[in-house]
Amino acid sequence: MEEVVPSPDPGPSPAPEHGTVYRHRLATRIWHWVNAVTVFVMIGSGLTILNAHPHLYWGQYGANYDRPWLDTPHWPSWLTIPSSYNLALARRWHLTFALVLGFGLLAFMIASLINRHFQRDLRVRAKEVAPQHLAADVAAHARFDFRNPDDPAAYNTLQKLSYVATIFVLIPVMILTGLAMSPAMDAAWPWLVEMVGGRQSARSIHFIAAALLVAFIVVHLTLVILAGPVGEVRSMITGRWRLPGRREP
Amino acid sequence: MTIITPRITRRALVGGAGLLLSGCDRLAAQPGFRKILFSGEKINLGLQRALSDRGALVPEFRADQMSPRFRTNGTRNPDTPDYNAHVASRFVDWRVQVGGLVDRPLRLSIRDLGAMPQRAQITRHDCVEGWSAIGKWQGPMLGTVLKAAGVRSTARYIVFTCADLYDGAPYYESIDMVDAFHPQTILAWAMNDQRLSIGHGAPVRLRVERQLGYKHAKYVARVDAVASLDGIGAGQGGYWEDAIGYDWYAGI
Repeated sequence: MEEVVPSPDPGPSPAPEHGTVYRHRLATRIWHWVNAVTVFVMIGSGLTILNAHPHLYWGQYGANYDRPWLDTPHWPSWLTIPSSYNLALARRWHLTFALVLGFGLLAFMIASLINRHFQRDLRVRAKEVAPQHLAADVAAHARFDFRNPDDPAAYNTLQKLSYVATIFVLIPVMILTGLAMSPAMDAAWPWLVEMVGGRQSARSIHFIAAALLVAFIVVHLTLVILAGPVGEVRSMITGRWRLPGRREP
Repeated sequence: MTIITPRITRRALVGGAGLLLSGCDRLAAQPGFRKILFSGEKINLGLQRALSDRGALVPEFRADQMSPRFRTNGTRNPDTPDYNAHVASRFVDWRVQVGGLVDRPLRLSIRDLGAMPQRAQITRHDCVEGWSAIGKWQGPMLGTVLKAAGVRSTARYIVFTCADLYDGAPYYESIDMVDAFHPQTILAWAMNDQRLSIGHGAPVRLRVERQLGYKHAKYVARVDAVASLDGIGAGQGGYWEDAIGYDWYAGI
């Protein structure tokens, strides 16, 4: 059983049936919008960098005489930063915003441990990932019903799992594989590149994680639109979110 | 409504993204923002140096882990009359001139470089474009050469001037003293147990293993210790740095 600890934090509990709740804390909102810009820049500049050598390999080495596992298409200028092919400038964007991404995640993680966002909102409980519960959540999503049946102010299970995967797996993997591609970091922290089995593996995993992050963004934006974009965007600006009402059991 | 809204919004999103992307180009052209964008290099340099021991070595590999074929990049052949004459004489008259802020300027033949204490290392070459190749390099440590020349304490950078020309001017690169005295920084005259090929920078090239490929100057003719990079080329510390704004610090 969980211990109930009273907290002065203006967190989202207990939730009323109707009206608005304070759903997103300041740290979450700042990080969300900083990341919206940062990830946009990282993907655009990353595609320019990929255009410089659009072949991916596994292992320590990989170049033109070696066999790639994937040849990516040439990314068109309307998707890349800068729009004209300029590797030097793309690297300036990518490696400067990488600092924002990395230290932004660190700051968000510390803030979210202190304001208990992680513990309250993102903790996945065993009963939530029970097959029956997950199946019910998938079925509810298929009906475009995104409410949490137990608490209208809380995230539903699939939502929670996707946030957890993004915050604790995808973005950290992006950062660590990015660092593993740095020759100076491979001298400073050799375990980094060893862990992923080589620099070209790091580059491949970096690309796969980026593709998954793009998939997350597409689904995220689609669901924001389906859930009502005005209310969702407003809640990410002001923190206050209009309750959708309780789901009938 | 629910059918139309997503479609319109999707179009708005794609259009918006396009506008944002072209906005990025305009931002990067603005001097103030450009300064911020270019400040990441110094922050990354500071962080990496803070996290890393000065002498931390890059991973070295076994012979069976080497690339079967190591591609060339940049200049494949300087092809100047002077260079071609050296090729014809198998580089016996090639001299690496070590000068600048040193007490004893040197003129080193390839034989001289081979007679100094040698370091051989199988390392990974990482191109700024993203590919990597593993090869074996051999030569004296740059630190040994600089000590032999009596490099002065006022020197802050080592500048390498090369025999290959870009628009009539020689390719050049520079590193700071931390990398100059790093144990894996060598003046390589041999690759994969053979004399360096023309494509890989014969007769001598720099290996500065904690940085990307464009820092590894090929066809090295001069090694100069300097106090400042101002006044050399366009002052950014290297050919690509001057020409298109590559980072001078290429450790990432």
